[in-house]
Amino acid sequence: MPTYTEHDLIADIEKEEGGYKYGFVTETDADTIPKGLSEEVVRLISEKKGEPEWMLEWRLKAYRHVLTLLEDDEHYPRWAHLDYTEPDFQAISYYSAPGKKPKYNSLDEVDPELLETFERLGISLMEQKRLVGIEDKETMPVAVDVVMDSVSVATTFKEELAKQGIIFCSMGEAIENHPDLVREYIGSVVPYTDNFYAALNSAVFSDGSFCYIPKGVRCPMELSTYFRINAAGTGQFERTLIVCEDGGYVSYLEGCTAPMRDENQLHAAVVEIIAKEDAEVKYSTIQNWYPGNDEGVGGVYNFVTKRGICEGKRSKISWTQLETGSAVTWKYPSVILKGDDSVGEFYSVAFTKGAQQADTGTKMIHLGKRTKSTIISKGVSAGTSNNSYRGLVKINKKAEGARNFSQCDSLLLGDKCGAHTFPYIEINNSTAKVEHEATTSKVGEDQMFYCMQRGISEQDALNLIVNGFAKQILAKLPMEFAVEAQKLLSIQLEGSVG
Amino acid sequence: MSAMLDIKNLHAEIEDNEILRGLDLTVNPGEVHAIMGPNGSGKSTLANVLAGREEYEVTEGSVTYNGQDLLDMDPEERARDGVFLAFQYPVELPGVSTMQFLRTAVNAMREHRGEDEMNVAEFMKLMREKADFVNLDHSLMQRSVNEGFSGGEKKRAEIFQMAMLDPKLGILDETDSGLDIDALKIVSEGVNKLRADDRAFVLITHYQRLLNYIRPDVVHILMDGRIVKSGGFELAEELEAKGYEWIREHADDAVVA
Repeated sequence: MPTYTEHDLIADIEKEEGGYKYGFVTETDADTIPKGLSEEVVRLISEKKGEPEWMLEWRLKAYRHVLTLLEDDEHYPRWAHLDYTEPDFQAISYYSAPGKKPKYNSLDEVDPELLETFERLGISLMEQKRLVGIEDKETMPVAVDVVMDSVSVATTFKEELAKQGIIFCSMGEAIENHPDLVREYIGSVVPYTDNFYAALNSAVFSDGSFCYIPKGVRCPMELSTYFRINAAGTGQFERTLIVCEDGGYVSYLEGCTAPMRDENQLHAAVVEIIAKEDAEVKYSTIQNWYPGNDEGVGGVYNFVTKRGICEGKRSKISWTQLETGSAVTWKYPSVILKGDDSVGEFYSVAFTKGAQQADTGTKMIHLGKRTKSTIISKGVSAGTSNNSYRGLVKINKKAEGARNFSQCDSLLLGDKCGAHTFPYIEINNSTAKVEHEATTSKVGEDQMFYCMQRGISEQDALNLIVNGFAKQILAKLPMEFAVEAQKLLSIQLEGSVG
Repeated sequence: MSAMLDIKNLHAEIEDNEILRGLDLTVNPGEVHAIMGPNGSGKSTLANVLAGREEYEVTEGSVTYNGQDLLDMDPEERARDGVFLAFQYPVELPGVSTMQFLRTAVNAMREHRGEDEMNVAEFMKLMREKADFVNLDHSLMQRSVNEGFSGGEKKRAEIFQMAMLDPKLGILDETDSGLDIDALKIVSEGVNKLRADDRAFVLITHYQRLLNYIRPDVVHILMDGRIVKSGGFELAEELEAKGYEWIREHADDAVVA
């Protein structure tokens, strides 16, 4: 059984052997076909998307890997500080899953609470309809306009970007139109053997985004607006690939502040970033999947593998995230700092309330000389939720003069929630400098009372204090999203007093 | 003239320790009352009870503020109705700028009065004006509330906030503690400028020093949770000369009903 994991990948990269070695070799390893996930389903997805043979082969290999993993009792990642029932992978409908949303005929049928949230986030009526999936053309001519509108907006952007040689399209289109690029890079940072969810994603990924920045090009816009349009309707298993050539720059934003209700319980995305010499990639995420009710029932399980590699010298990758949704979050955006003088950054705010659980953090793998990483993680827990930071800082033998600074702050609202910090530090070079700071504080009665004594309501007081706590991170988000992020945080905080 | 604040037989405890034991106090609009007392006499408890801090439990007595039952109001309602507490230890709010904080507060109060939000330009102008009131560096407005402020800056910032919020009743809880003489003067001048016919102050202090700069109309001495002696400014001077022990010895015949 293939056991090529993240560790092997890093070892290979370090040896400069060209990375991932389980490329596109055909294996025939037909096991019994389980009910939910089957070779037929994988073939069907690939066929439906009109994929070339090599893509199908890759999916099938990943699929076979999933099968071997399922046979092994130890296949499933259980080390995280999370308590939930392992999904029944054979009960999931993989084929029909992508893009499946509850269907409504009009907004009258939609949960009023959800609509109220939309309203307060300032999401237009038209976008609301699109988000909840109202598609009936006869009763909803407006929605059709919006769809057409979006397409044209997207096209305008695309043309403008194309002039500079930037490719920005769905993964499906990329496989069709830029097969060489996809084939070269897909799975090179997150191989399908990396972990269980990476394997699952590789086998059945529905769609996602592909972004290519040619040499010396600075992408002139935040790749966000388009993505929001693009992302709505992508299913459980997104796959994103960003390649930034020498001296390129791109700021990429994923996600949506609107609460995405989805029938799909399990989301397992993969994001891969490759930054060449002097390239810089900023990747920002706002995650607000449905967290379920206060007992966590019906919420989304969000298991994401995000990793970037600073291939070239002086390259830089920054991850910034605001995580507020999902019943269970399992996510560690990482950077492999291979190029000398490369820089990795991780800025995160994770907010949990109700029965939400989050185990999130990062890995900074220092391979090159004078590589530098910064980790700032802010966890806010309310209700009976559990919020964990888990981070690895690894300095390898050759990483002369590597530096890391980590800061993990936790803020507790009330006394029934939990905050945990699990820092792992491995240093194999004596010239490394690694600093770690961690604080845990409770939203003080003192702070609340101080605000209220100035006439500020309890809710507004909490908003001020929590937004203040998260400010350092929110300020890293692209401007327009920082504002939305603040609003989102405020809405999430409602009912968290006490 | 009806009293602004009327405290009758107030008993209050924290964690089952009774601190206030039958306190009476009447404050009329326009008056400045000084409450002096040794450590542990209940000065800060009084301030906290008036502001509505939850940890303190009122077990007996009443507090009437402008005809309303003050004890029945939430802390923010009290604030919006004009009760301001200058904290002995102002709290730091990391990441919350003074400007943002005060804007939220000012607008909450305006909303309470049925007024529109103050526009940004108007608000900025007001902030600059009131900051100059207590010689507060304008750059502090952009910084997080009280974070990294010096002791003197924190106390000045409290008076600045008071000026911004324009209260009816200002309670100053040991605002003089930890201030050097220059800062004390600035803070006192700020308070003096805010004195008005329709505004009253309760100054809580350990030392007479503050009263040299803010001249009170009435001085009360608080011991063991009750006002044991009241008088004019000369009482403060006498206390300064003779010390709290002298009051303790004369407490029995000095209790003011």
